[in-house]
Amino acid sequence: MFQNLGELTLLFWRTLRELPACWRQRLKILDQFFEIGNASLLMVCILSFFIGGVIALLTGPVLAERGVATSIGGLVGIAICKELSPVMMSILIAGRIGSAMTAEIGSMRVYQEIDALRTMNINPIHYLVLPRMIAITVAVPLLITFSVLVGWGGGALVAAGNPKINVSFPAFFENLRLVVHVSDVVTGLLKSLVFAIVIGLVACHQGLVTIGGPRGIGRSVTKSVVNCIVLIVILDYFLTRILL
Amino acid sequence: MNAPTKTNECRGVSLKVQNLRKSYNGIEVLKGIDFDVSPGEVFVIMGPSGSGKSVMLRHLIGLEQPDTGEILIDGKPIHSPEVMDQYRMAMVFQSGALLNSLTVGENVGLYLTEHQLKSPQEIAKIVAEKLEVVGLKGKQEVMPADLSGGMKKRVAIARALIIEPQLILYDEPTSELDPMSAVVIGREIAKLNREICVTSIVVTHDRDLAFGVADRIAVINEGRIIAVGKPDDVKKDQSQAVQNFLNADFKNTIY
Repeated sequence: MFQNLGELTLLFWRTLRELPACWRQRLKILDQFFEIGNASLLMVCILSFFIGGVIALLTGPVLAERGVATSIGGLVGIAICKELSPVMMSILIAGRIGSAMTAEIGSMRVYQEIDALRTMNINPIHYLVLPRMIAITVAVPLLITFSVLVGWGGGALVAAGNPKINVSFPAFFENLRLVVHVSDVVTGLLKSLVFAIVIGLVACHQGLVTIGGPRGIGRSVTKSVVNCIVLIVILDYFLTRILL
Repeated sequence: MNAPTKTNECRGVSLKVQNLRKSYNGIEVLKGIDFDVSPGEVFVIMGPSGSGKSVMLRHLIGLEQPDTGEILIDGKPIHSPEVMDQYRMAMVFQSGALLNSLTVGENVGLYLTEHQLKSPQEIAKIVAEKLEVVGLKGKQEVMPADLSGGMKKRVAIARALIIEPQLILYDEPTSELDPMSAVVIGREIAKLNREICVTSIVVTHDRDLAFGVADRIAVINEGRIIAVGKPDDVKKDQSQAVQNFLNADFKNTIY
């Protein structure tokens, strides 16, 4: 575990050192960015809509019984933007994008493509890791922004449509506006930024250390997703503690 | 195939390997390898599978660090900054190792593109030239997945040539190829050596290729070089291990 953490730190440092030359990889960064967006946006929206909906469905009737049904807007708003969207979507992206990154880099390693890059004096970190890291670091907070908005929409729709809650759209969003501050959204986005870096680093690292043919690629992908989820959940606690 | 005759000015480098040793997990794979290669020479390293040929090649291109021993290019250590800056080496991998996400043209031009050595138009022109050299004119837009094994290796040779190398290493260039494709690859190696006089090291267990293109041959077995010399001298070598390898034949085997 400590070896992995050390290697991740080293990879992060080496990637940072390549940052000044990132302009040369702009086309690859854009490619990766669109790949991440295309692959995840629809899934993120669907999931966020239902997460917002289920939060409203669970809490709405309880709040309505106590005569504070209108405060559902704030409750859903805070839950979605500060916790549920950053964590759930990051886990989704780790499974969807992180695994693809590991598989791609892992197969390049197994089939000697990375060795071929080295023989041409092309730094694999500059060529492979840097574009992916930049793309995921920009894309994840953007996806989380979509997720937050759609999640709020899902909550509002359920709150308005469910007779046991019966809170109108304007009332839902009025309460949300009163309770949720810009700083709450920024907190969630900061979390998502950290999670994005973790997903990118873990995925690329597992790809780069892949050995042992197709079976090795499978092992690396599994390890990448599991490590990402574990790190996201652990970091979520500490980030929440710090940013509270 | 005839042995190449060097006509042009020779750009090849000399290579000297001294007491090269390498172990993995306590198992010694290279047990003190010594040989030298002259500029413009085609030096073939033959040996059975698992004898350490590919591992040695990875050391020669700097992909592995030896436990002990030295590799010198024109008398300078291979890992020295001077060699890294001044010398150009290329390797043709056993699988071709083409980047599957790039087209053939992008693969061949990758070195120039990534190091921003030429304009895109110039790169396109050079790529077309190099592909023509290996008999793949007009294949720039094809994806590696759509190529045969032999074509992939020829693309890998074109990719190596674009570096304008002084030393080319070939790792099993005819493995997984049918005999006709193997002959084509052998001809390419000989032709390149004849035309640009690059130092070539070919690792193979293909005896036809070895005796067809080699200026000199080394036979490696269990991490040690057991014979080295001109093809005819190696053929005449009487040691049991060399003869076992050279004469292994289906016709002499009872199943």
